Amino acid sequence: MSQFIYLTFDGLSRGAVYAAFALSLVLIWRAARIVNFAQGAMAVAAVYAAYSITSATGSYWLGFGVALLAGLVLGVTVERVVMRFVDHSSPLNGVVVALGLVLVIQGVLGIIYGNEFRPVETPFSRDAFEVGGVAMLSRYDLFVFAAVGAVVLVLTLLFTRTAIGLRMRAAAFAPDVSRLLGVSVGGMLTLGWALAAAVGSLAGMLVVPTELGLHPTAMDVVFVSAFTAAVVGGLDSPIGAVTGGLVVGLLLSYVSGYVEPTVAPMAVLLLLVVVLLGKPGGLFSSSRARVA
Amino acid sequence: MTDMKTKVGTDPVPASVSQKTRSGRRLAPVLIVVAGAILILILSYTLPPFRNYQLATVGAYLCVTAGLTVLTGLNGQLSLGHGALMATGAYAFTLAQNKWLSMPVSFVTAIVVTTLAGAVIGLAAARLRGPYLAGLTLAVAIVVPSVTSTFDGTFNSDQGLSVMLDPPPGTIPMERWQVWVCWAGALLTVLTLALLVRGRFGRQLRAVRDDETAAKLAGINIARTQVLAFVVSAVGAGLSGALFAVLAQSVSPGAFPLTLSLFLVMAIVIGGLGSLFGALWGAVLLVALPTFAQSIAEQTGSHRLEGNLALVVFGVVLIVVMLAAPGGIASTGNTLIRRFRRTR
Amino acid sequence: MSSALLRVEGLTAGYGAAPVLHDVNLTVQPGEIVAVLGANGAGKTTLLRTLSGLVRSTGGQVVFDGADLRTTKVEQMVRRGIAHVPEGRGVVTELTVDENLRLGGLWRRDQADARRALDEVYELFPALAQRRAFAGHQLSGGERQMLALGRALVGRPRLLLLDEPSLGLAPKITAQIMALLRDLRERTGLAVLLVEQNVRSALSVADEGVVLALGRVVTRNRAAALRDDADLRHAYLGF
Repeated sequence: MSQFIYLTFDGLSRGAVYAAFALSLVLIWRAARIVNFAQGAMAVAAVYAAYSITSATGSYWLGFGVALLAGLVLGVTVERVVMRFVDHSSPLNGVVVALGLVLVIQGVLGIIYGNEFRPVETPFSRDAFEVGGVAMLSRYDLFVFAAVGAVVLVLTLLFTRTAIGLRMRAAAFAPDVSRLLGVSVGGMLTLGWALAAAVGSLAGMLVVPTELGLHPTAMDVVFVSAFTAAVVGGLDSPIGAVTGGLVVGLLLSYVSGYVEPTVAPMAVLLLLVVVLLGKPGGLFSSSRARVA
Repeated sequence: MTDMKTKVGTDPVPASVSQKTRSGRRLAPVLIVVAGAILILILSYTLPPFRNYQLATVGAYLCVTAGLTVLTGLNGQLSLGHGALMATGAYAFTLAQNKWLSMPVSFVTAIVVTTLAGAVIGLAAARLRGPYLAGLTLAVAIVVPSVTSTFDGTFNSDQGLSVMLDPPPGTIPMERWQVWVCWAGALLTVLTLALLVRGRFGRQLRAVRDDETAAKLAGINIARTQVLAFVVSAVGAGLSGALFAVLAQSVSPGAFPLTLSLFLVMAIVIGGLGSLFGALWGAVLLVALPTFAQSIAEQTGSHRLEGNLALVVFGVVLIVVMLAAPGGIASTGNTLIRRFRRTR
Repeated sequence: MSSALLRVEGLTAGYGAAPVLHDVNLTVQPGEIVAVLGANGAGKTTLLRTLSGLVRSTGGQVVFDGADLRTTKVEQMVRRGIAHVPEGRGVVTELTVDENLRLGGLWRRDQADARRALDEVYELFPALAQRRAFAGHQLSGGERQMLALGRALVGRPRLLLLDEPSLGLAPKITAQIMALLRDLRERTGLAVLLVEQNVRSALSVADEGVVLALGRVVTRNRAAALRDDADLRHAYLGF
């Protein structure tokens, strides 16, 4: 029982990170109808930026801020310099270009930082509190929950309560109509990429210290988990992404704890296959057709 | 040949003529492959050992790029998982080889195992479109290498396995022998694919790619065609993996990273999707570009450039080709794009 | 003529290489309702899309209120005072009624007046007021048309480009919309360029009619004159 409780909290903590990362995928999917396969590589780049700053200044939080900023800048750059010029008539083009970006980013990071794993510090202890002899949560887990919760809250408010959020949604759903109503659709697209990349960077900052360490390919496996989370929730649904993230996190935690850690990635793959074949629109998909 | 074609177009065709045309169309790939074999044979006697090794590597890559270009270019399915299928073939070959010490048996084992693996993935893939298919195959590419850690008793984890190979027969140098083995595999693959693509199967592939509804109305079994296409390309990948095991005389998960799968996509996109000659160019690039990047890295003396510069070059080339000229994708690319557009 | 709100001269436009519109001339005076008539494929929708910049023109002049519209970006049209209600109504079906209407006024500096305009639209269309929180896809065809029209009015335009408002609607609702256009013209001086297949109802409200055939203007005349020209009706308007 105590192991179950521990694994559950551990799974929710991991799941929160996958939720954030899945959210970043959903943001871009909704804005541009592209699954950004480069999101993992972009997040790693932001974490490397934070690593440099933290190493130089000794301040985790300065690095944390720089990671988010680097995410924003990367998002803008990728959209303005590359994605904008992709023939968006086909999702395949976006996928292939994103894969090209993965190669470029991982190569550049390898050239700058080398290909060895670098350990990354956490700002809070990862030792779990014990309540009545049962290990439950660590301070770091609480930090993860707070950070991801804040992201979800801010995004929700942005999209439902602000004029800019309304513009972003309209631009994504009906670009031509939005332009006729004075919305700068290109600007909203860039903003969407920037936001998504910043959220992805946050997820990277949270997850890298808990895995093997910093490496150009550090987010590859995380990407699979987050993609699975996004698909489980339905690529169009932010709520689905969060729920999907928690589901994937729990699955990984239980499989690692009760079966074997090396089996966990295969369990995720299996979940992905089952959802894709059983309910390809995701568990939270709305049945109505999109009308642009 | 061309005379026949115009005749076919204008007149009611006597059975004998159509028979001749068909055998003519079948004959062309055979002739090209025979010419290719002679060329390779000559090259293998004239090139220095290191060049021979590179030539052999091109042959090994050609097996997988040829299969992949049929899958993606002609059937419209984008797979990012063929690196994992290569790993499957390589491990199957190695395990069989170390047990029975017979190359033919080991190659057959590799082909049988990847046929099964390809059928399993293909069954799932046939129901998926666009980014979903890309995501699933990407997951396969990333997750499958971890199998080696789960069953480390069999696969020996990250260390991998070494391959027990008999020395080449007679006094043939190792590199020349490798060229022969790899190009025998490559030319057989290309010949098989060329004949398949020219026949009824090829028409079905294209029909499914261009318009699923129309293909269905014409009585084509969509799912069966797509699964078959996946299996065919998986066999190419498996054979390629087995050849890499022969070349390196070892296998390890590190030899089949995600970037390998991405390289393969790049190779077929740049080569021109759907053409077997494009697959050849892609295979040449896969060998030439890293060599080029490596020589630059060595000249600058930076050890971090090694490997990484190749990634950057590949990535930039891929992006530039996609942005500047889907000409790399050539004409078949347009129909491919249409197919993906329908999935939105 | 120099006082025209919209003046189109020699306009040529199309998709890709093949032009759809050839040398189109027309004017809309302030407070005037001009109907653009013609068969399917005559270029009516393309004309509106060219005027609002969604389709690029290849030649000619479009002057609105003294400014050259051909160099104006689509996003700027609404700021110039042009509202385009596209064919198929252009309601963003994923957004609610209220969000759709607010979207119509987001560009405005004077947000207080945008809110007033929004309230006026709700007064004008009580059906919408009852369905504020409904998503666009939950509305009936008539309600969607009202929403699209209302959203355009939130921007307090001077010229309304209205594409096939009667499409798929019951005659009674079409009549209501036409009456509304006349009413708006009386109260606010709104000028309308109205594209319609439904010639009778269009001519019932329009001051002037322009008949397009194969991308060319074949006739421009007072609406009443068009109604009475039997030959023309048979040749181009099919009634």
